[in-house]
Amino acid sequence: MESEDVLPREVATTGAIPDDRIPTLRIQPSSGWGSLGLGELWAHRELVYFFIWRDLKVRYKQTALGATWALLQPLATMIVFSLFFGRLAKMPSDGVPYPVFSYAALVPWLFFANGLSQGANSLVGNAHLLTKVYFPRFALPLSSLLAGGADFLVAFVGLVGLMAYFGIALTSRVLFLPAFILLALVTSLGVSLWLAAVNVQFRDVRHTVPFLTQFWMFATPIAYPSSLLLEPWRTFYGINPMAGVVEGFRWALLGVDSPPGTMVAVSAAVAVTLLVTGAYYFRRVERTFADIV
Amino acid sequence: MSEIAIRAEGLAKEYHLGAAQKTTTFRESVVDLCAAPFRRARRVLRRGPLATDQDEIHWALKDASFEIRRGEVVGLVGRNGAGKSTLLKILSRITEPTLGYADIHGRIGSLLEVGTGFHAELTGRENIFLSGAILGMKKAEIQQKFDEIVEFAQIGRFLDTPVKRYSSGMFVRLGFAVAAHLESEILLIDEVLAVGDARFQKKCLSKMEDIQQGGRTVIFVSHNMSAITRICKRAILLEEGRIVSEGPAEQIVSSYLTGGLGTKASREWPDITRAPGGDICRLRAVRARDRDGSVSDSVDIRRAIGIEIEFDVIQPGFFLLPHFYMWNDQGVLILGANDLDPAWRRRPRPVGRYVSTGWIPGNFLAEGTVFVDISIIAIEPTISQVWEQSIIGFQVVDSMDGDTHRGDWAGPQPGAVRPLLEWTTRYDEATAVDSPPRM
Repeated sequence: MESEDVLPREVATTGAIPDDRIPTLRIQPSSGWGSLGLGELWAHRELVYFFIWRDLKVRYKQTALGATWALLQPLATMIVFSLFFGRLAKMPSDGVPYPVFSYAALVPWLFFANGLSQGANSLVGNAHLLTKVYFPRFALPLSSLLAGGADFLVAFVGLVGLMAYFGIALTSRVLFLPAFILLALVTSLGVSLWLAAVNVQFRDVRHTVPFLTQFWMFATPIAYPSSLLLEPWRTFYGINPMAGVVEGFRWALLGVDSPPGTMVAVSAAVAVTLLVTGAYYFRRVERTFADIV
Repeated sequence: MSEIAIRAEGLAKEYHLGAAQKTTTFRESVVDLCAAPFRRARRVLRRGPLATDQDEIHWALKDASFEIRRGEVVGLVGRNGAGKSTLLKILSRITEPTLGYADIHGRIGSLLEVGTGFHAELTGRENIFLSGAILGMKKAEIQQKFDEIVEFAQIGRFLDTPVKRYSSGMFVRLGFAVAAHLESEILLIDEVLAVGDARFQKKCLSKMEDIQQGGRTVIFVSHNMSAITRICKRAILLEEGRIVSEGPAEQIVSSYLTGGLGTKASREWPDITRAPGGDICRLRAVRARDRDGSVSDSVDIRRAIGIEIEFDVIQPGFFLLPHFYMWNDQGVLILGANDLDPAWRRRPRPVGRYVSTGWIPGNFLAEGTVFVDISIIAIEPTISQVWEQSIIGFQVVDSMDGDTHRGDWAGPQPGAVRPLLEWTTRYDEATAVDSPPRM
C-alpha cells in the first residue's frame, strides 16, 4: 500500500476496485464485551490519515504565527518555570541546566496534555459525523492524538537546539527515546479513549479536562526531578505514567545519571492497563454514540 | 454468490425519549441513581407497573423484515417519523438495532446528507478527498475519479477556494458530486435530492438513473413521489415504525398518496403537556375543512379549503401571528399565508382557546398532495411558539367534469396552482383571407 505525505494532484491510472469478493456483514444488537475491531481500524487506515491531515490543515488556518505556536507554548512555559522554580526556588535539576531540564519534560508533556484535550473532545466535536456515516469510531480519538505528533516534532527541534546551546551531546541512550514516545502515546490514547467515550454522555468531561491536565502537570516531575524522592517511593511515582515518560526523556537525552528503571516499568504497566481498559470501554459504549451524542 | 443484497429479519429500534432530550450531566445521573429506589418504592406503594416508564420509550422501528435483491432499486416511503431514517441508520451501521438482524452482502455506502464530513476551512479540492475518505473511498479511488467529480460539480475555478466562501448551491453540488461517485455495491440515500436548484436536481436524478443501470443495489428515501416512481421499481411503505406494504413503486406511491396512509387531513393533541408550542401558546389541533364543516383527506379542486389552526393561549398579553405554508409533493412551496383577521391583529390575546381559519379559494390549488406546515409566532418581540412541518396533508382531486382549469384536457397538467383564469377571445372574420390550399 502506498502512502504519500501529500496528495498528488494528478489522477492515478489504477484500474477500478475489483469486486470479485463480496463481503458479508451481519448487523445485530451487540451484547457484552465484543472484539476491539482492530482489523477494521486497519482497513480504515487511510481515513485515519485523512483525519490527521484535516486536523493539521485546519489547526493553524487563519493564525498569524502558524506552527510557531508549537514552539512558543513549551518555550514560554520553560521561561516561566526557569524564572520561578529554577532561579527563585533554586529547584535541583539533576545536574543539567534548568531551562533544558524543564523543556525536555515539557515536550512530551505538552504532547500528552494537548492530545488528551483534543482526544477527549474528538467524538463530541465530530458529532455531525457520528450521526451521518459509519466508520470505526476509534479513528477519531486516535487521529486527533496523532495529529499532535506534528507539534511534538516542532517542539522537539526546539529541544535539539536548546541542547546544542547548552552543549549537551547525545549518547547512545537516545536509541531508547522511541520507547518513551510510545509510552506517552499509549498513556494519552488510553486516557483519551476513556474521556472521549464518557464525554458523549456526560459533558462534565469538558469542564474536567483543563483541571485534570493542570493537576496532572504538577503531579508529574516537570518543574522538579523525581530524584527528590527516595526509593521505593520513586518507583511508586511511576503509577503516574507521565512521570516515567518525562524521566525517560531526560535520561535518554540529557544524560542525567539517575536511570528511571523500575519506575518506567510501573509506568508502562499502568499505561497499558489504561489503554486496554479504555479501548474496551470505548467499544462497549460505542454503539450508543449516535443515539445520545 | 447470493442473489440477495440485504435480508432483514425483525429489525426494531427503541429510543428512550426522556434521556435523549435532556443533556445529562454527571451530577444529574448521580441524583437520578440515588432517587431511583424511592421512585421504585413509590410505584410499589401505588401498585403501579414496576417496569420502566413505558411512556418514555418510543419504538422508531418495529419488526421490519424484508429482502432486497442485488441490483434492485427500492424506495422507502412514509410520512415523517414513520421510521425511514431509522431504518437507513441501522442499515448503514450508524446506530444499532435493539432487536433483529440484517445480513448485508456487499460494501455499503450511505449518503444521509450532502457534504458529509466537509470542513468549512478547507478548499473544494481538499474536501473532495476528505469527504470521499469519510464516505469510504480509498485514496486511489478518489484520485481516479477526481476530474469526473470536479466536472460534475461545476465548481471550476473555485476548486482551491475554502468551501466556507461557496454559495449554498456550489456547496451542495460538490457534496453530491463526491457522493455520487461512491463505488459501493449497496447505496443508501436519504432525501439527498431535496436540495439544490431545479436544474441540478434533474442532473442528480439522471445520475441516480445511471447508478441504477450500473446494476447496484440502492435504497432510496424521499418525499418526492415522482422521483420514487421514476427511479425505483419497488417500494416499501412504512407507517409508525412498521412495514405496512411493499410492491411495485407506482402502486405503493399511489396507495400512500390516496389511501390516507400519508399525512392525514387533521391532527389533534388532546394532552396539552405534549402539544407543540412554548410558554405562550400551545397548538391543539390542525384540520383541513370543507365549507360545510367536514374534514376529508381528499378535496374537490373546485371547493374552498379552510386551514383551521386551533390553539390555546396560556400566557396572556402577546400579539400572536398564526400562519401556514403549503407544499406540494414535489417539495415546491406553493404559498405562505399569515392570519390577517382584523379582530385579533396587533391585539394582545387573553388566555383561552382560539380557532383561526385561513380559506384557500376553490379552483386554486393544483391536483395532488398538499402538505401544510403550521407556525405560530409572537411578534414584538418575535418569539417562535409553534413550528410544525408537514403536520397535515390532503389530496386535491380534479373530477374532470370539464368545469375546472383543465377544461377538456385530460393529460398531465403542470404547475403548482390551477386558478380558473378568465379567458377572452377576439375574432375577426374579415382577416382570414389567404387560407392555405387544401389537398
